[in-house]
Amino acid sequence: MTTLTKETGAPVPSDAGAFLSVRDLHVSFRTEDGMVRAVDGLSFDLERGRTLGIVGESGSGKSVTNLTILGLHNPKFTTVEGEILLEGQELTTARESELEKLRGNKVAMIFQDPLTALSPYYTVGRQIAEPFMKHTGASKKAAWDRAVEMLGKVGIPNPKERAKDYPHQFSGGMRQRAMIAMALVCDPDLLIADEPTTALDVTVQAQILDLLKDLQQEFGSAIIFITHDLGVIADMADDIMVMYAGGAIERGTTNEVLRAPQHPYTWGLLNSMPRLDSDLAAPLAPIPGAPPSLLNPPSGCRFHPRCTFQDRVGGTRCTDERPLLAPDRASACHLTADQKRTIFIEEIKPSLG
Amino acid sequence: MLRFLLRRILGSFVILVLLTVVAFLLFFGMPRDPALLMCGKTCTPDALANIHHTLGLDKSIPEQFWIFLSGLVTGRNDFEQGPCPAPCFGYSYHTNEQVWSTLMDRLPLTLSLAAGATVAFLFVGLGTGLLAAWKRGSFVDKSFTAGSMVLSSMQIYFLGPLALAILVYQTHIFEEPDYTPITDNPAAWFTGLIIPWAVLSTIFAAQYTRMARSSMIEQLQEEHVRTARAKGMSGRYVFFRYAWRGSLIPIITILGIDLSSLLGGAIITEYTFGLPGLGRLAVESVQFSDLPLLLGVMLFSAAVILLCNIVVDACYAFIDPRVRLS
Amino acid sequence: MKEDLVLPAPREATADSSGDPLLVVEGLTKHFPVKGGFPIRRTVGAVQAVDGIDLTVHVGESFGLVGESGCGKSTTGRLITRLLEPTAGKISYRGKDITHASRKDLAPIRSEIQMIFQDPYSSLNPRQTVGKIISGPMEINGIEPTGGREARVRELLEIVGLNPEHYNRFPHEFSGGQRQRIGVARALALEPKLIVADEPVSALDVSIQAQVVNLLRKVQDELGIAFLFIAHDLAVVRHFSQRVAVMYLGKVIEVGDRESIYTRPRHPYTHALLSAVPEVNLAEETETGGRERIRLAGDVPSPISPPSGCRFRTRCWKAQDKCATEEPPLVRISGNHDGHLTACHFPEDPTIEARDEDIVLDPALAALEEGLNDD
Repeated sequence: MTTLTKETGAPVPSDAGAFLSVRDLHVSFRTEDGMVRAVDGLSFDLERGRTLGIVGESGSGKSVTNLTILGLHNPKFTTVEGEILLEGQELTTARESELEKLRGNKVAMIFQDPLTALSPYYTVGRQIAEPFMKHTGASKKAAWDRAVEMLGKVGIPNPKERAKDYPHQFSGGMRQRAMIAMALVCDPDLLIADEPTTALDVTVQAQILDLLKDLQQEFGSAIIFITHDLGVIADMADDIMVMYAGGAIERGTTNEVLRAPQHPYTWGLLNSMPRLDSDLAAPLAPIPGAPPSLLNPPSGCRFHPRCTFQDRVGGTRCTDERPLLAPDRASACHLTADQKRTIFIEEIKPSLG
Repeated sequence: MLRFLLRRILGSFVILVLLTVVAFLLFFGMPRDPALLMCGKTCTPDALANIHHTLGLDKSIPEQFWIFLSGLVTGRNDFEQGPCPAPCFGYSYHTNEQVWSTLMDRLPLTLSLAAGATVAFLFVGLGTGLLAAWKRGSFVDKSFTAGSMVLSSMQIYFLGPLALAILVYQTHIFEEPDYTPITDNPAAWFTGLIIPWAVLSTIFAAQYTRMARSSMIEQLQEEHVRTARAKGMSGRYVFFRYAWRGSLIPIITILGIDLSSLLGGAIITEYTFGLPGLGRLAVESVQFSDLPLLLGVMLFSAAVILLCNIVVDACYAFIDPRVRLS
Repeated sequence: MKEDLVLPAPREATADSSGDPLLVVEGLTKHFPVKGGFPIRRTVGAVQAVDGIDLTVHVGESFGLVGESGCGKSTTGRLITRLLEPTAGKISYRGKDITHASRKDLAPIRSEIQMIFQDPYSSLNPRQTVGKIISGPMEINGIEPTGGREARVRELLEIVGLNPEHYNRFPHEFSGGQRQRIGVARALALEPKLIVADEPVSALDVSIQAQVVNLLRKVQDELGIAFLFIAHDLAVVRHFSQRVAVMYLGKVIEVGDRESIYTRPRHPYTHALLSAVPEVNLAEETETGGRERIRLAGDVPSPISPPSGCRFRTRCWKAQDKCATEEPPLVRISGNHDGHLTACHFPEDPTIEARDEDIVLDPALAALEEGLNDD
């Protein structure tokens, strides 16, 4: 695997110190119905080689955030404010040609549905070889050999022949493997995986998740793993960021967020998720209501219309004041730290069975 | 894939045979007697019987059909006008010419008209459509879109005379449309057809501008196009290698339909510019109840349409491996 | 929206099948023809979507049908509701053979068997009001409830947790979870005895999913409606079904009470399936070794030419020659509870605890893990 080792020049030291640093990001889309505030004041950091799991339901802004990192949003209808720093380089204002050099090279993406995310018109080998040629200047032949090597690495049997096949000739799991090969072909420092296993069957999902974990150890990439499935995130991530209605509402290590969650929304997610080991006598405890419209998000805490703990805060803070998310281990909720701890231990944990 | 095409060709052949049967029965099985028309006002029963005999109309319908069908394959020698080599559609009642050679006489004009116009409208239409899609939302896009809306609502019988009036009769920039075979004088061929080409392609190009634009914009929103961008391919590469390929499918579908109608004879165009092509031949054959000629024009057009369909299918297979490999 | 429902604990499956079963399916088979050939297209093969399955659903019970895509679980649902015509086999509903019953013969039964679909967006007519959608089945079947149809619809809206005032609204005015509630109300309109629910919650977000699962549990318990619950999510099925059948490539490979299937599975595929479910481990530290880890290789084979003998053998770590030649019958293996049937020649131990050595069949995974262990 000598081809994989990149010149390991010392990373450019940045002010933030983090490899990727997102600061107060706002993304809004212009639509016929008005402005959709898809991401609203999001900040987070990611260190080299670590896996950040972003969990949230549809419309939480988790996918938009990550398209914005690579500048893949449509600039005509989208307004982006805030900072995205990758090794100190500002990406929100970077020129398209600068971003092109990063995409697929330093930062790669894996999408949800590998059938629609791969072009039906070109062979799998060609689609993997393309970014390698572009970013390393390799010859057609060398890039093709590299594509075959990568296909072998992600577990495509008989990669030499299969590289000549088109995506529709691959099975679902194989396609996602090819997608992973394509993402890793330039040995990226950051891999953004947007619901990479949601379209797959559960036994195939387990293979792909383990494959990603093992490949990460070998390639040393940092991963941003986006999913709606807490089980998947528990399996994959070092750190977790929970998103709701365009913002992060809780952040911490995987252990912290799953075993001592602090935000009522996180409690709700855990309580509404059926598990293989949960107590069957207790019914699932869903979060009432539905996620808010981002055209006209609720005032104050975005979660307050669905929150059952408002009275513990008292007053009108929840409806008036938007709680902030402190750096590191934190949750954006007006409950006091003591309240969060005791409510979880006394009221939430027992019902989790 | 080859099997698929072979099956299409076989199927088209079957359709053609069935069409021949239906058309023949419709034309020659009709109660109206074509001989009456030829016999004229001073018709006597003897003369009528004579015409019946020479036209072969005194035989039974199945017999007539069999003679017609075998004539298509082997040619016929039973006409008083002389031998008729295969494919023999017989002789025109009206002009006494061989139907097939009449068709072949008119074909080069129709072909020239269709080919020239197609090259022009594809070039202009796809070019402007792609440019509009590339610069989506810009002034260029908006003006192209508006212009194509206006032009595609025009009709040949409006735009044609208008072009003639301005460019030929008033300013004398161009000559009056006229057909010279390309083999005789390429320059005259070109100048003689330039106005019909321009008018035809203006109207068609406007449709292709709109189609290319919308189909490109649709393709640019495909997930695989986003993937291509996400792996760092340049905007131009993604546009021409990824989006363009997929947007060809609807364009080729419409092109197939347009081509077959152009090749089958652009009746209005030919009339507008006074050009004697297949379209006019069709109208003439109807006017004179010239059954052999009408049958010939009809079957020829049908064959062209079926051929265009097969070519379109082959194009699909060439563009899309999912069609080719299944 | 009323969420503070008091739900009784789901009844544990009782092995005794007291009373006549509601639905009995025997040897149910559906083959979809595959066209091909040259020059004339003809049937050259068959997608063996469902291939000889036996099922029994008792009155008021929830029977879960799980499996991965292509296993035939959805086709089974459509066969039972007679949306598809079976190729072979027998479907009896309350003792009456309805396998090939005509439209007319089915009419009285149609109202008793209802269906809930996966996609709450495409399964409701966007041009009809909620009232019209829910009263549709009553209209078609000419049923005039006491108090009128509108009153009944309002009552149904209330039961499924929607505002009865929303009678005149259109589907697009509702969220995904609310639409699925409308689908439930429509299924309840005719007071059915059996509801076939095909992935009713898989299109919904987690927090909404739980709302609908609870609603279905309430409906099942309070109204005594039997469910054939088709889903790929094992945890959801566990929460909803007292008995569960696991399907693979058109066959039922294991069936039994919930306890047996989830904690004492015998079929290697059931083991693999359970082990693949990603789980949040909420315990502080695991005292025991946790769950077993099994990683299969490749995807499910094509149902056009399924493997001979046992269909799982091509991906099974215990497969021997016998598996290729002899199809294992679905029988009770010694040690199984009553009613726990397994179709396997070489069943696994009835435990899902971690093994001494993980089973990793995926070659790429095995190679990577070996390399990483060597470092």
